[in-house]
This record gives sequence, C-alpha cells and structure tokens, in this order.
Amino acid sequence: MKITLLDRLLLLATGLLAAWQVAVGINGIDTLPMIAYTVGFGVLLVAGLLLIILGFEVLDSPVVVILSTVILLSLSLGLVWEHLAAYRTLYLVFAILGFLAIVITRSVPMKNKLPVLVLAVVHGIAGMTIFLLPFLLAFTGRAAPGFALVGLGGALIGLGGLLLSFLKAGKPILSRKTILKILPGLLLLTTAAFVLGFSAA
Amino acid sequence: MSLKSTLSLIKTRFKLYWPLTKSLQTGLLLSTGLAGYMSARCPVMHWYDFLGLGFSLFLAIAGSTILNMWYDRDIDAVMNRTHHRPLADGRLTPTEALRLGLVLSVLGVGMAVAMSPLYGLVVFAGLFFDVVVYTLWLKQRTCWSIVWGGIAGGMPILAGRAFGTGHIDGIGILLALAVLFWIPTHILTFAMRYFDDYQAAKIPTFPSAYGFQVTRLTIAVSSVVAALSISAAGILIGMQWGFVRVLAVLSAGLMLLAAATVFRPTERVNFGLFKYASLFMLSAMILLSL
Repeated sequence: MKITLLDRLLLLATGLLAAWQVAVGINGIDTLPMIAYTVGFGVLLVAGLLLIILGFEVLDSPVVVILSTVILLSLSLGLVWEHLAAYRTLYLVFAILGFLAIVITRSVPMKNKLPVLVLAVVHGIAGMTIFLLPFLLAFTGRAAPGFALVGLGGALIGLGGLLLSFLKAGKPILSRKTILKILPGLLLLTTAAFVLGFSAA
Repeated sequence: MSLKSTLSLIKTRFKLYWPLTKSLQTGLLLSTGLAGYMSARCPVMHWYDFLGLGFSLFLAIAGSTILNMWYDRDIDAVMNRTHHRPLADGRLTPTEALRLGLVLSVLGVGMAVAMSPLYGLVVFAGLFFDVVVYTLWLKQRTCWSIVWGGIAGGMPILAGRAFGTGHIDGIGILLALAVLFWIPTHILTFAMRYFDDYQAAKIPTFPSAYGFQVTRLTIAVSSVVAALSISAAGILIGMQWGFVRVLAVLSAGLMLLAAATVFRPTERVNFGLFKYASLFMLSAMILLSL
C-alpha cells in the first residue's frame, strides 16, 4: 500500500514530537532512565522517518520486531528504574536477556514456536509494565494524574504491536489495508500520550 | 517591448535557468554555510551579515553548479536521468549558460571578498575545487574525483564558520569534514542507481571501478564518519545536551541504514540511505544553528 501525504504528515508529527521529548529530556531523573527514555523516543523518531522515506514495505523487515522490542524494553526499564527501586537490577537483567533472546530467535531460522513464545513473554511483560505501572502510580497518588497518559500510550503501542503481529502471523485481526491506514495516526497518538504523560509527571 | 512581454520573457528565462542551479543541492549546501555561521555563536549577529552571507553563497554555489552543468552538457545529453535538462536538450545555448554561470560566480565571490577577504578566499576555493579540479580536470578521468567534489562541498560550511569567527579553526575543519564524508553518500548512491547511464557516458565511477559491494561499504563508512564528525563538532561547539542527544539518535539511524545497505542491500534501502543522509544533514544544520 502506497504511503499518502497525510500518512507522511502524521509520521513527521510523530518524529518531531519524539525529537522534542529527546531534546528536553525529563528533569530530575537518574542517568540510566534518561538513556532508556532517549533510546525509546529515539527509536520512535527514527522509525517515523524511515516509514516516511521507505514506505510501509519497511514493516515487512524482520528488524521491525527488534526495534519495537527496543521501544518497549527501554521505556519499561526507565519506568521501573524510576518508580520500582526494589526491582531495578532484576528488570535490567530481564531487559538485557529479553533483548538478546529476541535478537537470537529472529536472526537464527527456527521451525518450532520458540520465537513466538519469546516474543510473547518479552513483549507481554514489557507492554504490561508500560500499560499498568503509570495507571497504578497515578491512581494511588504517587504520580500526577496526567502520568496515566503514559499508560494510555502503552495500551496504544500494544494495540499496534498486536495488530502487526497477527498480520505477520497470517491471522490478521483487521485487513492489512486498514491496519496501514490507521498506523500513522496510532503512532502519533501513542507518542503524544507518552510525551504528555511524562511532562505531567 | 511592453511590460507584459518583458515579464513573460523574464519568466521564460527563469524557468530555464532555475533547473541549472540544482535547487535542492544548492539549498542544502547553502544551509550548511548558514549553519557554519550560526555555529560561531557570534556575540552580535547582524541580519545584514546573515543575508549577505546567504546571498553571496547562493550566487557562488549556483554559479559553480551552472558552470559544472555547462561543461557536462555532452554527458547529460546521453544520460537518461539528465537528458531533459535545458542545456542537454538544446532549450538553452551553451554560451548563454556559460555567461550566466560566470556572472553568478563572479558576483558571488566578489560579494564574499567585499564582506571579508578570508570568507571570500574560502568561497573562491570552493568554486575552484568544484569547477576546475572536480569538473574540468578529474570527473571524466578518475572515480576518485568525488574526493575533490567533497572538498568543494565542505567549503560553504567552512566559509560560514570563518565569516562568523574571523578565522579558520578546528571546528570549521571538522564541520567541513562532515560534509566531505556526506558527499559520497549522495554521489555514490546516484552512481549505483544510474550505473548504466554513467557507463554510457563513459564516466568512471566507484561501482564501475571497484564493484557494488565495495561502493556500498564506502558509502556506509563515509556515512558513519560524517555522523561522528558532525557530532564531535556539535559537542566542541557547546551544543546543548538535549540537541546532542537528538543528533546521536539521528546518527544511530544513519548507521543502522548504512549497515543495512551493506548486509541487506536493496535498491529501496540504498536510495533510502541517500534520502535519510540528506535529511540527517539538514537536521544537523538546524541543530547546529539553534
């Protein structure tokens, strides 16, 4: 499916928002979460630009799974490091091992279901962390109410990931055309929710 | 001659002259010159200096590009990509194009010298390397001519920086290096994409001399060096950390694409790198200017 001018504009807005977040950073946080958030938003920025330049065909590349893993793991690592001090080391180990497991299972051809299993576990834990932790923190008063928007961003990126995963697995929830039609808008909404959520915090 | 017919004549000539300037390429090089000036963080910035710099650089870059196109008109005529250009298809006479190129070049360099002798010297060096060394001497003899094309491409940013600081410094050289190493991404991608055209025109290129794989590797390495040079220059200039982070992210994207062109080369990825590299350079120039 050919990328339209509207798609390009939405993706450009996504890239600019992500670039803005990378540039302004987040005040008062440690070095590691700062790096983690920079990586997460950085991948969103580069992904937006690559979609504009290369078109939707780039989504068929196996690198997309790895890049989406980087977004989820980096943002979730930043959140855990900042808000769940007791689990910092454990989650850092999970993030590193999870990333390596995804890279290996996506690089080496395998006929069993291990790649799907690894993907489900890593994306599931990281995605649920981004989705639930901000809501939990916002509703218990440990973070500003607006921080729940980060959780909304997590839900939206999870939705996009699910749609693309099922499409790649040959069992699409929506048609390819519909998914590609809503993807640029979904990416923009996701990034906007993240940026607003972090600025509220 | 009535006003209407005069305006119509100007419009017609402008339509013929404008493609000779390769507006996108000229615009990008102009942006490097302006960014070089802004990177100097002058204690006082005058708008007339800024406009003068922009105008003189535009004239010099456009002039040298037109002279380049005037000399290469026989090559352009046999290449599919360029045979429709006004000089190649005969809509414009070579004499008219030569006059235009010379007038713009002399005006650009003259204005630059009047603004600052050092700035004028660097602008003249860029014009000399581009027209004499690259176009007239080496382009039709060796594929290594792109090094001189790259040096010429690095002159606008060095000129802008020299105009801003009043001298040539290490940061200016580093910025010029970044553009020098960005140029192969531009030229070599075209050399691969229009390989048959260049073969037909008997222009020596990297792909014809060393093969596609070596060319892709050269593009990848030069992209990485360009990204590292501009990031180093950014840090030395004292760019804000937030902007350094954005530059690092954009550099990482450039390196990722460069790696893809080596390990998973396709026409789409190769041309994608070319487009991304242009976007990277423009973004870097904006970040340097902020």
